[in-house]
Formats: sequence, C-alpha cells, structure tokens
Amino acid sequence: MPELGRAALAVCLGLAVYAVVAGGFAAATRRRRLARSAQNALLAAFIASLGAAAVLLGALLRKDFSFVYVADHTSLQLPKQYTVSAFWGGQEGSLLLWLVILTGFGAAAVALNRRVETAVLAWVVPVLGLVTTFFAFMLVVVSSPFDTQPAPADGAGLNPSLQNPYMMIHPPFLYLGFVGLTIPFAFAMGALLARRTDERWIVATRRWTLFAWTALGIGQLLGAHWAYVEVGWGGYYAWDPVENAALMPWLVATAFLHSVMIQEKRGMLKVWNMLLVVLAFCLALFGTFLTRSGVVSSIHSFTQSPLGPWFLGFICLVTICSLALVFSRLPLLRAKTRLESLVSREATFLYNNLLLVALCLTILWGVAFPILSDAVGRGQITVSAPYYNFFLRVFGLPLLLLMGIGPLVAWRRASLRSLGRSFAWPAGIALATGILLLALGAGSSWVGLVAYTFSAFVLGSIGYEFARGTRARRALAGGSWSSAFAELVARNRRRYGGYVVHAAIVLLAIGVTGSSAYDSVKTQKLKPGQTMAIGDYRLTYRALVKHEGANATEYRALLDVRRRGHFLETLASGKNSYRAEQQVSNEVGIRSDYLTGEDLFVITDQINRNGSVDFKVLVKPLVNLIWLSGVLFLGGSLIALWPSAAEQRRLTARYRELRAPARA
Amino acid sequence: MTTVALLLGALLAAACALYVALPFLREPAPAEDRLDQPGTLERRQLELAEERDRALAALKELEFDHRTGKVSDDDYRELVGPLRRRAAEALRALELRAESREERVRAAG
Repeated sequence: MPELGRAALAVCLGLAVYAVVAGGFAAATRRRRLARSAQNALLAAFIASLGAAAVLLGALLRKDFSFVYVADHTSLQLPKQYTVSAFWGGQEGSLLLWLVILTGFGAAAVALNRRVETAVLAWVVPVLGLVTTFFAFMLVVVSSPFDTQPAPADGAGLNPSLQNPYMMIHPPFLYLGFVGLTIPFAFAMGALLARRTDERWIVATRRWTLFAWTALGIGQLLGAHWAYVEVGWGGYYAWDPVENAALMPWLVATAFLHSVMIQEKRGMLKVWNMLLVVLAFCLALFGTFLTRSGVVSSIHSFTQSPLGPWFLGFICLVTICSLALVFSRLPLLRAKTRLESLVSREATFLYNNLLLVALCLTILWGVAFPILSDAVGRGQITVSAPYYNFFLRVFGLPLLLLMGIGPLVAWRRASLRSLGRSFAWPAGIALATGILLLALGAGSSWVGLVAYTFSAFVLGSIGYEFARGTRARRALAGGSWSSAFAELVARNRRRYGGYVVHAAIVLLAIGVTGSSAYDSVKTQKLKPGQTMAIGDYRLTYRALVKHEGANATEYRALLDVRRRGHFLETLASGKNSYRAEQQVSNEVGIRSDYLTGEDLFVITDQINRNGSVDFKVLVKPLVNLIWLSGVLFLGGSLIALWPSAAEQRRLTARYRELRAPARA
Repeated sequence: MTTVALLLGALLAAACALYVALPFLREPAPAEDRLDQPGTLERRQLELAEERDRALAALKELEFDHRTGKVSDDDYRELVGPLRRRAAEALRALELRAESREERVRAAG
C-alpha cells in the first residue's frame, strides 16, 4: 500500500503547513479558536505520520520488495529483528522516524500545555510546525520511503554492521535525543515571539530537555558499545564526524542544564540560555545533516544522498532567524542581578559552561574543517584523533575538576574559611589517591594520573555532600540514616540526581582513561597450536571452525585463554561473510573480567589460506566502567527527572495567582 | 489494493480536516474569541512571584547549606539579611497588588 503511505505523508505535510500559517496568524492576531485549530493540526500530524510509519513497517515485515526501500535494506534471509531495525537503517526510513518522533513530541508538548499555557503555546505551535514541515517536505518531495518498482526476487540486504542488537536501540535513542531538543527550542522561540521572558518556558521544557539529554547520552553509550563489539577495531570512540555530531549537542545541552539553574535561582544568563538552546537544536540538525547527507566519510554514515543542500539551507534559516529573534528581544532579556563573586556556585557553573561550549566549538571546527577545506578547493582535509584528544585534555580535565568543586561551593559567595572546611576531605582523598597511584606505577601516563586524582576528588566531594546532607537532614527530622538519606534525595531530586550523574561521568572518565592511557596491544600471526602472550594473558590458537548461519557463513578462530597459568575460557573470534549483502564483518572475541573491569579483546585481522590467522589482541583495563557508567547515568537522570510534588505545588500556586494553573 | 489505499488516504485526510476544524464546529459563534494573554500588570505580578519564589528557595537552600557546614556562620549572617529583605519586598509588592485588585473589583461591583 505505498499509496496510503504517500497519502499519509502528504496529509502530514499539509497539516504542518497549516500549523505554521494558521498558528502564526492566530498567535499574531490573538485568535483563540484558530490557535486551537493549529494545535489540533499538530496532533493530527502525529497520527498521519504514524500511519505512514505503519505502512513502511508493514512492508518491511512482509518483505514487500516492490518498495524500493524494503528491497534496498532487507533480504529474504534477514532475521526478523533486523528487518524491523531496517526501518532506520536507511535514509528515508530514518527521516520518517525523525518525523514520527517529532510529531509525537510536538503532540505531547501541545497536549500537556494547552490548558495551562496559551500565550507561549500559541507561538510554539508554528515553530514546531515549521520543523515538521521541513521533515515532511523532505519525505514527500526529496526522499520518499514509498517509491515503488517491479519487485525483485530478493533484496540487497542490510549493511552487516547494522545487524547487531545495539542497532535496534542505539539509533532510536539518538533520535529521541536529537528530536527532543526541538521542544525546548520551540518553547524558547515561542517565549521570545510572545515577549514572555519569564521562567514559564523553562518550567514547560525543563523535563523535555533533561529527557532529550538523557536519551542522547544513553544513545551515544549504546553506539560506543556497538562500535566496540561490532566494528572490531578495538575502540569505542574514534572521533568520527557522526559520533561527534551526537556529542556536540549533548555538550551544549549539558551546559544549558547547568546554566538554566542560574536563571532559575538568580534570574541571570537569560540571553546565554537562549543561545544555548538555539545552538543545541542547530547542532542536532547538523548531526542529522552529517549522518544523512554523506558529506563527510564516516563509518556510521550509511547513505549518500541529495539531502545535503536542503539540510544546510534549513540549518542556515533556523540559525539566522532564531539569532535575529534573540537579538531583537535583548532588552527583555536583560538580567537584573549580577554575579556577586567569582568564588560561588554560579561562577563554577559559568566556568563549566565556558569549557563545555569551548570543547563543543573545537569539535565543531574539527568536524567542519574537511567540508570547508573541500569547499575552498583544497580537498577533504580530515582532522584526526590527536587534535580532538588534545582539546579533550585541555578542556576535559578542568571540567572534571569543576565537577568536584561545584558541589562544595555555596551559591552567591563563599569565604576562604568555609571553602577550606568543605575542601579538606575531598582534597585529602584526591591527594592520597594520587600518591598511591604514583606508587603503583600510574605515572607512566601523566594525563591518566591527573584524571584519576581529579576523579577521586569528584567522588570524594560527592560522597561528602551526600554524607553531610544526610547528617543535617537527620539532625532536622530525626529517624534512621537511611530515611534521612531518602528524604535528602527526595527533597532535592535535581541536585542529588545530578550528583549521581556526576559520579557516572567520573566512572566514564576512569574507564576511558584506563582503557586508552594504560592499554596494551599486540599483533601476531599464529598457526594452530601456537601461543602468544600479552600482559598476564597467554592465548593458544586451537582451530578455525566454519558454521553456516541464517544469513551468513561464520568463521571462528578458537583460542584457549590462560591468565597466570590458570585456564579461563575458550574465546571465539572471527569473521562473518554475509551472503545477500556480499560483505564481510569482523566478529571480535571479548573476555570481560567484571571484578577488575578489564577486557581481553581479540580481533581476527586475517584468515590465511595455510590455516594461520593474524590476530590483534588488546588488553583494555577498566573499560567496563564505561558501560557501568551508563547504568548510573540513567539512574541519576531518572532521579532528576522524577516529578517533585513540592515543586509542583509551588508552581501551581504561583500560576494560580495569575489565574492559570501550572504543570512542570 | 490501490483503490483501498486511496480510500484510506482520503479517509485519513477527511478525519484530520474534521479534527482541525473542530474548534470552529464546536463554537460556531463564540462570545469571546481572544487568546488569553497576560497584560503588563499580570506580567509584573508574575515577575514578582518569581522573585519571591526565588528568594524563598534561596533562603531555604542557605539554611540547609548552613546546617551542613557548607556555609560558615559569618557567610550565613552576611547572606541571610539581603535575601530576607528581597523576599519581604516581593511579598509586600504582591500583597499591595492583590489589595488594589480587590479594591478595583469591589469598586466595579
């Protein structure tokens, strides 16, 4: 039923255009029914996009090769779960997923706010409608998933790299993050258009931003794990343009989540927050442009397409219009209070913001450089890992340190005496850790040593904050330590959820540092029966086995792994040869030690005709802390996201005074 | 198949059009069709309410930070006064506005 899919997309486009035109006119002329009608158009656009998605999903599940998209991205042999993930395995499908999530988020934002916020929402609708119009237009006119052809006997199959369980959840998470950033952007623009620069738009979008940021963070970690187990080069992050494309809006959203607290608590940084929201959204669009246009070469970019100029044009339009709007409203955004001291919580947030944005802009420069060098006729000059690693150290290490300093400093100002008292324990822990690590030989990498010392400081400061907060809460309310702890977290979920997220970032930093600064690599050709040694491990190559899988021929080299003489397990590492796709993939062998967090990582580089195999073996200390950090990150984010009844009551009371209830 | 698909598409379009037109169908001739937007006075009141909430939240946080030892006694004494003054000023201004509004309502009634 491709006609139904096309019709649903055309209806979606029509509704989005109506939301822009009618919504904009209604907001400008303050017409209530027309504004409500435009809101309904956005809600209906979600249903229409769902209809289009259902048609494509049905075609994929039926393996209806008369759909060009289905024939290009599936085959008869492709397992069912990857047939579903083929939905976002290609350009048209992933654009449709963008549209479904966008219209779904837009509909939810409208439904949640239509009773409580009319003035700002009236302007939010045309902004959301404009973004929806762009994506619906792309799908209707430029890149339709419903193009048809005489059905071939079999499809081309799915890129083998995408035939991995992580690919079933990694892209949807990234899209939830990318698209989720549209909502704070739309509300920020809506507030400016309505000349409402109070906290209302922040209240309405706080959880949207946190949700999008969480999804983007989890999506990146899932992607890193996918690269680690599937791409088979022994790493998890290669500063690839598409990886950077997801990192950049996350960094800016991180800055925003901190600086918005300054606006809420001190009424400052209104212009800066608007700029961060605009930048985060533009970077989310830029990320989609990089992934979908094929303008730069990337292991994650599976498509080459004519979308590039359209995306670039839309990004320019959004950037110019939103910046013009922010600057036209500058008088309304002027802060009435000033920074009281350079040694205060808000000052540390400001430093953190500057570092995060600086890191983001240096990454952006690295990503854009090949495009710019190509544009001026110098060819694509790629910026490689040392550039990014240098700036990660320059900006990342101070950021890590600030994560420990921030919680220890009070709002407004802090005297030397209170600072000394607050810093004593965490600084002592950090110093002791640094000396201990130096004694253990961690001085072989000064970056590693500094990162671990700072990490100890941050963990010390977080632990200290929890400990003295629990003690104070217990002194106030009595009861047990556990109830005091629970009450402490429940009374300020954002703060303590944030601390848990900080702990997750520290784990990530420890994992990244351990696995990159202290790893070992060895390559060796082995014949059956031969042994190689790396670190404490000895690997004996036993045999090569062949297995015919559902859609691939699987070759596995079996290696007996021993550590300090003890047999651990037989590890299988090899390659898959995909029949329909005519492609070969690396299938690495990984032995994880969850007690030490270390991985033994075996890559079968080459299988030779004489039965020998070229192996590349890596020992990656503490790498599993990276994946563990994801669990902690999600936990901390959920704590911060959880609605607070007290906050809800306060907001409801505030807006009731203005004859309007509130919803956070 | 094509006819069914086109019919379903037309049905979807018609249902969407109906839903979009719903506000006009429900209220063909309403007495009031203006969007509810806060005026200058309400905006000022909202600013004051935000200022009051901000000052009260800051006071609460200061008290707790003082209890935990993050804020020293000297810092606490220095910071608490201006915060209390700000909260009191915002509360007073809001009360004055509420009183004058009541008076206006009474005069109009």
